[in-house]
Amino acid sequence: MSKVVRVAAGQGFWGDWLEAPIHQVKGGPIDYLMMDYLAEVTMSIMQKQRSRDPAAGYARDFVPAMERILPDVAAKGIRVTSNAGGVNPRGCAEAVLEVARRLGLGGTIRVGLVTGDDILDRLDELLARGHELRDLDTGRPLSDIRDRVRSANAYLGMAPVVDALRGGATIVITGRVTDTGLTLGPLVHELGWRADDWDRIAAGTVAGHIIECGAQSSGGNLLKDWRRVRGLERVGFPIVEAAEDGTFVVTKHPRSGGVVSVASVTEQLVYEMGDPRSYITPDGIADFTTIRLRQAGKDRVQVSGICGLPRTGMLKVSIAYFYGYKAVGTLVYAWPEAYAKAKEADRVLRARLADLGLRFEQILTEFVGADATHGRLSGPPDPEAPEVQLRIGVRARQKGPVERFTRELAPLVLTGPPSVTGFAGGRPQVEEIVAYWPALVDRREIEPAVRVEILRA
Amino acid sequence: MRKARGEKVQLRWLAHARSGDKGNTANVGLIALSAELYPLLARTVTAARVARHFRGMVSRVERYELPNLGALNFLLHDALDGGGTISLKTDAQGKVYSTALLRMEVPVPPAVARRVHPRASARR
Repeated sequence: MSKVVRVAAGQGFWGDWLEAPIHQVKGGPIDYLMMDYLAEVTMSIMQKQRSRDPAAGYARDFVPAMERILPDVAAKGIRVTSNAGGVNPRGCAEAVLEVARRLGLGGTIRVGLVTGDDILDRLDELLARGHELRDLDTGRPLSDIRDRVRSANAYLGMAPVVDALRGGATIVITGRVTDTGLTLGPLVHELGWRADDWDRIAAGTVAGHIIECGAQSSGGNLLKDWRRVRGLERVGFPIVEAAEDGTFVVTKHPRSGGVVSVASVTEQLVYEMGDPRSYITPDGIADFTTIRLRQAGKDRVQVSGICGLPRTGMLKVSIAYFYGYKAVGTLVYAWPEAYAKAKEADRVLRARLADLGLRFEQILTEFVGADATHGRLSGPPDPEAPEVQLRIGVRARQKGPVERFTRELAPLVLTGPPSVTGFAGGRPQVEEIVAYWPALVDRREIEPAVRVEILRA
Repeated sequence: MRKARGEKVQLRWLAHARSGDKGNTANVGLIALSAELYPLLARTVTAARVARHFRGMVSRVERYELPNLGALNFLLHDALDGGGTISLKTDAQGKVYSTALLRMEVPVPPAVARRVHPRASARR
């Protein structure tokens, strides 16, 4: 029988189900555990944490998760790939090595540390040499917001992950490596794929995309026949079983909940999709219009036919910058005529904000229970609704108006329309907005600076 | 009164969907509930119709076809009040634009309407 590599998803974002990685290593055989923690704004949150504490700046959940699974990882020869390192992969690696030593696994655990994605300190140098790092969406040059930048990271692909595995790493810890690179890396390493075998690279990328959001491809958040999805309380996270030819099966452990079906995989495939012919990663371009799905058994979906194109000369850069302030507050109005009361409260509040001369970039009102998620498509509000929540948010470049807004909500309880409750949480919090600035940079500026180190416990 | 050419059916009886975000753009992947319904979706759920459905909520709609998955992908531009951390919306990441699209009605041949309508009433 030809070789099959099993890559299991253990985490789909920072904050995902803590039990998932434990179930993945204990529930059946796997070769790799892939733990994705980074979303677009996660890096800036981590940067903020690191500015307060130099030892912070990574996904802290990862360390206790490793503590629980390391004995199994060591005993079964499972290897782990994760971008839990955030903006401090070295700190994350040291914390994991400390855990390994404490568990008496110092001799067996080797951490592959990937750095070089962090270009915060190189921005001025890059700008000086003519890299404008324009916002991909708006076209504005980075110089517009340069003084407000909080973090800047290039998206690395699978190459450093492969290097770390070749170097003997048991656990690969990276900063901003793409979600898909964490799955593609093990496949390239194990199956001997060439980095310019664009169809196989595309196939491994699609495999990574299918499992990068954890249970979202194995029954979680599945809309089709959602009532028929059983056992979500112990949902099985997805596992890819990949073959040398680039075909693979998506499955999950036996006796776990959820479902792996053509529908569950398709819903994940279209998630956050742009042009399906051009799913661009640092490693290559995948054409999603070539993907073939087939139900190959209970909770088994066969994926084949995937074609790819060569990688581009550019890498995406994720830059986070200070934008301004916002606050969101809520009040609940009860039957009868709950919506009409909430609507009147909104009018009163807005009039008071105007009387105070406060300037906002945006004031947004939603009526939860009437129109918050679908806007005017929700149709006319039900006058018999048992309750409606008034949810009002403001955004401004300056803190002052937002701060004052947070003090204008509670007074409505005694000075506005009747039948109001749900204000026990106190004043809304003023939140600092750190926004996302996607850009491109020549990969030749980044790749020479990428480092892979193998650290022993 | 029923039109001679067919009936209007909500997309929820013809498709399922998932949505997400890229900056200030929401994407909705619309997936036919069964393979034979895909050509009907491809014919009737045009970018222009979707733009009309979401008028006032989005600036522009792009459509892509994935016949291999029985799916259409729609990009709804400027749908998220700035998107990401900037947005004040409950659905800042466009997670439920999916079901908002399923509210849309499209004309279907009477035979298709007959097939999906009993299901519609059975599931309600």
